[in-house]
This record gives sequence, structure tokens and C-alpha cells, in this order.
Amino acid sequence: MTGAFPSPYGGQVPVLRIGDVLLVTLQGDLHDGTAEQLQQDVSEAAADSRVKGVVIDLSGVEMVDSFLGRVLSDIAAKTRLLAAETVVAGMRPAVAITLVELGLTLPGLRTALSSDEALRLLGEASISPRHGRTRQESP
Amino acid sequence: MQTAGGVSACLPIHSDLDLVWVRQHVRQAAAQLGFGLVAQTKLVTAASELARNTLVHGGGGQMACAPVSRGGVPGLRLAFSDEGPGIPDLEQALRDGYTSGEGLGMGLGGARRLVHEFAIDSRPGSGTTVTVTSWVSGPPRPREEK
Repeated sequence: MTGAFPSPYGGQVPVLRIGDVLLVTLQGDLHDGTAEQLQQDVSEAAADSRVKGVVIDLSGVEMVDSFLGRVLSDIAAKTRLLAAETVVAGMRPAVAITLVELGLTLPGLRTALSSDEALRLLGEASISPRHGRTRQESP
Repeated sequence: MQTAGGVSACLPIHSDLDLVWVRQHVRQAAAQLGFGLVAQTKLVTAASELARNTLVHGGGGQMACAPVSRGGVPGLRLAFSDEGPGIPDLEQALRDGYTSGEGLGMGLGGARRLVHEFAIDSRPGSGTTVTVTSWVSGPPRPREEK
């Protein structure tokens, strides 16, 4: 089964560190194995280097099923124990609609419309944790 | 191997990678039949849940994909079959939150909400076939109960 299609994500998803935030950009169709590997990589990266947040950019993802939903929830739960917050950014409307009908509301995951906004959210959270939830329009 | 762009196909489900092929095929087929983006996404997500059930609980199997038509409305029918142990209690298996494995327990019940028609044929010991159908412009008749 090799070579017929360009290989869908068989490898690893890079986990980038920007300042004290980890940025993960998912794209295309993820193998279950790749998603599990990612979960491990993010937990390890969050434990190794003190980070205050993890941003997972889903703007390139066409589908989130219950498996990937569980992976995202697990990442959020693990990073929370390591004192970091996970923000899911850029979920496509069709994906969001489908997730709700599927029955997954992903409790515990914060969301943002874009990675940019997610980074700002995490930045605000560190300055004034109580008001981290308010959304502010950029000038 | 199906030809590119074909809707009818029978795909094996024996590994992680096969789940990716199933999703890609269903997306292409749905797009080709004229499903909108949200409808495509729902169908692909349902296919992913059902194919994973076939793989994890049924020990592998296959998906048959075929175009259908009723009253001039085109649709897509997907049948996932395995020769696994079968489902002893269907009511229970369809309930949200029920899981026999390590998932979230949303697979079967969730997939049912994402399609227009849903049927399960399962008997202990003789495998399971789940058949789902969605129509391009909504179900051509009133929605059933549940």
C-alpha cells in the first residue's frame, strides 16, 4: 500500500517552541499512530521545558473524530497538570458542527479563532489570570 | 485499487493506514456526488468512527461504498462489515458513553447522529455490518424517531 497516494502523515508532527509556548500545527489526515505520538511528544516537551501554554492549530484539519478528540483532551489534561494551558486554534466551522453532533464538546479545551489569537490569549492569561478569558479586539 | 474519482469501491480495513484511505475515499466520493462541505465532513467523520469500530472491535473487515438515488436525490451508502465477535447488546452499544474499549464511547451513537439512515446487523459470533446512508439534500422523507 505504498506509493499510490502521497503518504498521509505517517511521520511526526513538529512541536515548536516559541517563547514559553509550544505550537503544534496539524495538517491533513492524521494516522492514529501519529496522533498518539504527538500526545507523547507534547507531554514530554511540556515537562522538559517550562511552558505556560500549548497552542494546537487545527486550521489545516478536515476532520476531528472521537479518536482525535480524545487525543486533544488528553493533551489538555496532561499539560494542565504541568501548569500549562492548551488552546485549540482555528478549527474549521464544518469540523466544529460535526464534533457537536458527534457528541464531543471537548470540555477543558480553550479555543481561539486563530493561532495568533491563541498566543494573545495565553499572553494575557499570564498578566492577569482572572481576566484571561475576556476577548479583546486588537487595535 | 479503485480508480481515482470513482464512487463505488470496496476498501479493506486492516490497519491505521486503511482508516486514512477510507476517509479519503469517502471525502472524494461525497464531493463528487455534490455533498456540501459540512455534509462531507459529517460523512467522513461517521465513516472514520465506523471504520475504527470495524478495525478495533471487529478485528478488521471492509467498507463497501456505493452511490444510491431515491426520488432523483443522490446519496452515498457505506457498509462496514467485519467477521468479529458481533455485538451482544445493540441498545447498550448505541448509548453514548458506553465503551468496551479505550475510546470515549461516542463512536456508534455519534456516527448514527451524523448520517440520515443507519442500520446494524449483528449477531454474536457472526460479525457485524453497519450500513449508513446520507442524501445530498437531506433525507427525502421525514426523519425517523431517535
